[in-house]
Amino acid sequence: MADLSINLAGIKSPNPFWLASAPPTNTGYQVQRAFEAGWGGAVWKTLGDPIINTSSRFAAVNFNGQRVAGFNNIELITDRPLEVNLKEIYETKKRFPDRAVVASLMVEPKREKWHEIVKRVEAIGVDGLELNFGCPHGMAERGMGAASGQQPDLVEMQTYFVKEVATTPVIVKLTPNITDITVVARHAVKGGADAISMINTINSLAGVDIYSWNTIPHVGGKGAHGGYCGPAVKPIALNMVAECARNAEVGVPISGIGGISNWQDTVEFLLMGATGVQICTAAMHHGFRIVEDMIDGLNNYLEEMGLSSVSELVGKSVARYSNWGDLDLNYKVVARIDTETCINCNKCHIACEDTSHQCIERRVDASGKEILVVREEDCVGCNLCSIVCPVDGAIEMVEVDEGLAPMSWNDRQRALSILNTAEMEVV
Amino acid sequence: MERTRSLNTLSAEKFAIQFAEAEPGLTYKAASEEANRCLYCYDAPCIKACPTSINIPSFIKRIATGNLKGAAATIMDSNPVGASCSRVCPTEELCEGACVLNHASEPIRIGLLQRYATDWAIQRGKPLFQAGPSIGKKVAVIGAGPAGLSAARELARDGFSVVIYEAREKAGGLDTYGIVSFRLPQAVSLWEVEQVEKLGVEIKTGVKVGEDIPASELLEQYDAVVLAAGMGYVPSLGIEGEELSGVYDAIRFVEGTKAGVPDLALEGARVAIIGAGNTAIDAATCSVRLGAENVKMVYRRTKDEMTAYDFEYEFAKREGVEFSWLTAPKRIVGDESGRVAYLECVRMELSAEKGKDGRRAPVPVPGSEFLMPVDAVVVAIGQKRHTPLIELLGLEHDRGVVKIDAGTRLTSNPKVYAAGDIIFGNGQGEVMVVSAAEQGKRAAHAISERFSVRTNSVAI
Repeated sequence: MADLSINLAGIKSPNPFWLASAPPTNTGYQVQRAFEAGWGGAVWKTLGDPIINTSSRFAAVNFNGQRVAGFNNIELITDRPLEVNLKEIYETKKRFPDRAVVASLMVEPKREKWHEIVKRVEAIGVDGLELNFGCPHGMAERGMGAASGQQPDLVEMQTYFVKEVATTPVIVKLTPNITDITVVARHAVKGGADAISMINTINSLAGVDIYSWNTIPHVGGKGAHGGYCGPAVKPIALNMVAECARNAEVGVPISGIGGISNWQDTVEFLLMGATGVQICTAAMHHGFRIVEDMIDGLNNYLEEMGLSSVSELVGKSVARYSNWGDLDLNYKVVARIDTETCINCNKCHIACEDTSHQCIERRVDASGKEILVVREEDCVGCNLCSIVCPVDGAIEMVEVDEGLAPMSWNDRQRALSILNTAEMEVV
Repeated sequence: MERTRSLNTLSAEKFAIQFAEAEPGLTYKAASEEANRCLYCYDAPCIKACPTSINIPSFIKRIATGNLKGAAATIMDSNPVGASCSRVCPTEELCEGACVLNHASEPIRIGLLQRYATDWAIQRGKPLFQAGPSIGKKVAVIGAGPAGLSAARELARDGFSVVIYEAREKAGGLDTYGIVSFRLPQAVSLWEVEQVEKLGVEIKTGVKVGEDIPASELLEQYDAVVLAAGMGYVPSLGIEGEELSGVYDAIRFVEGTKAGVPDLALEGARVAIIGAGNTAIDAATCSVRLGAENVKMVYRRTKDEMTAYDFEYEFAKREGVEFSWLTAPKRIVGDESGRVAYLECVRMELSAEKGKDGRRAPVPVPGSEFLMPVDAVVVAIGQKRHTPLIELLGLEHDRGVVKIDAGTRLTSNPKVYAAGDIIFGNGQGEVMVVSAAEQGKRAAHAISERFSVRTNSVAI
């Protein structure tokens, strides 16, 4: 067994799988069931002044028969009194001392409010705090959640208020509903954040019922935007984690959140700089038992890769994530079709013909068999054919060495400017 | 007689259960999952494998998006008997056999998806197509089977005034009368008939051309005639004892089960089926479901030569039908009351030489005769040709198979087109329902082209 334990800014857990602050972590009963199933940690459903929720809260986006490709909710923070939550946090931590129990907090952007809740929560014994500056609906209309998370100075100030009194590590949870997440991340760090977590949910409307014309979900015929999560948001979250991870001015550990459904997604987030991950939709779709495969799959992966500890993965792909201007314009791949593996569905042909570069030809080989052939000289290496191909291994994107030295757009611009300068000097 | 056998007819309740459609249709969830599994191939091989060229990926995509009307219209546009075909087509040899997923996982269950979409249309009850504006031309169609219905539907969509002459009481031909109800309920075929009638096609049932109306009258009164009369009943075996009580013509036998409880007392009976074609299988499984204790198919060749489809053979085996390969009937032996008691058979072997049809010819093994005790014999050795009708119309034919020009679909009479089983045989045409439908379509399109009206109305 590889060492799956993590240490995120001082918060330790036996594995990197935490439940995100959300409906699954609403009560002690739930979190204890999750810990029994094997979850390494849990961020408690956000504590604050109890709210009133609407009935009809969730909606999902299905895609081609696959349920919950995306998930949308309009549920707010905890609707239970603080003392009830604190009592259950205490009992849970007592029963599972090795697991990470992090309290998510959201109060009005006032110093005394933050001081009060931090002191009360830390008094019963938590491993860390997560400041919810991300919830995009409802709470934001009251100036909390994403409303404060969208203002870098408010993030910095509130983080500072918390850090004035906190004795446990403070994670600042960021909203993706912003132009450049690294700006807010940097302000959180300036305010003293020990770590950042991302992403919270994305503003969304799950759908419209095309027969009743109601929004999905609706509350008595009326809808409001919710927060979007689930597998569909993973690429957005992964990019935001990576952008923060490669930004030297951020420089704090990251807890990755957003569409993580299995151990493979987890590995991707770790490679892109997350120290651990938080999961919600996958658990809501399948129950807490899905963590079994996450733990097992991650362990088997580490063994297969010859790694003894999950921490060895953290950030390994960050240096490979760059700006477009740094990409090598002389690097070339072309599609190559293995006609033995190909099942002749012709999807690559029509995708290339209609929407890319018209370089996959339908031909008949000497034996009369229909085959698909890439005209490599016209292939731009866009990957589209290999993306639409339903059979693994039928289309391979192969590197072609054109004998040119690497040159990025930035290299090219630099070279040109030197050239221009030289010309001017001659003149 | 070794024992007195008391044979009963099935009760109405039992019949209803035994003859209800055997294979359940797809549920909404199963159809949705299967439809989403389809790759939506470009220039898909399943389309090419369908004799009527149904745009299969397109109708499956429509099922996936919940556009069932569009799915049903896509199917029925190409194949006017697409609901029947979804049940009787040998899909593993056609569309499903061509599915590219055969090489990767499991082929898409196209037949069942086609049934799902057409069942939806049947339940919805509204027509999918409308007749084209009248062009003032009249066409007579002889026979309301798959080929005739298909031709009539296409002609009506192109604005022709169409009258179908059908000898039997109901239209639909083989689909209505010739395929066992537990594979194809009659209501499905009659819905297809109704779809054609709703386009203004008049179907004169119970009218036999050449008897009830002179063939010459059709030739005189119509601008064109489509001959789609199919084939007839089973020809005589030419052996002793065929007249005995308990000897049945397989086509009439199956037909008897299509409109309620048949007058066939077979509960507990031992039944021998002579032949191994599609109808022979239907007669065999029909006998099982009528309560027969033992059903044996007696065939003079082997499994490899039989003309029944693999899926039919597998179905018959599952139903408990036994197969006596390399066995030929010699004589049917009756008891004193004139009822069938034995089938005298002789063992056969395949000679090294191939016959005209390319199959090895079976020859009797001398002295291998034996008596098979039976209560009923069902003869399913093929179908008679409608030679008299063909001759009344004055058409060139080869032993009852009407000759047509592959391009123009015309017979030797420049006014008469032909389609379906009447052109099947002697190496010409195909015996499947779906092929008959396609031939009917082609005959209709040839007529439309001749009158320059190949428009085809759009789906409603």
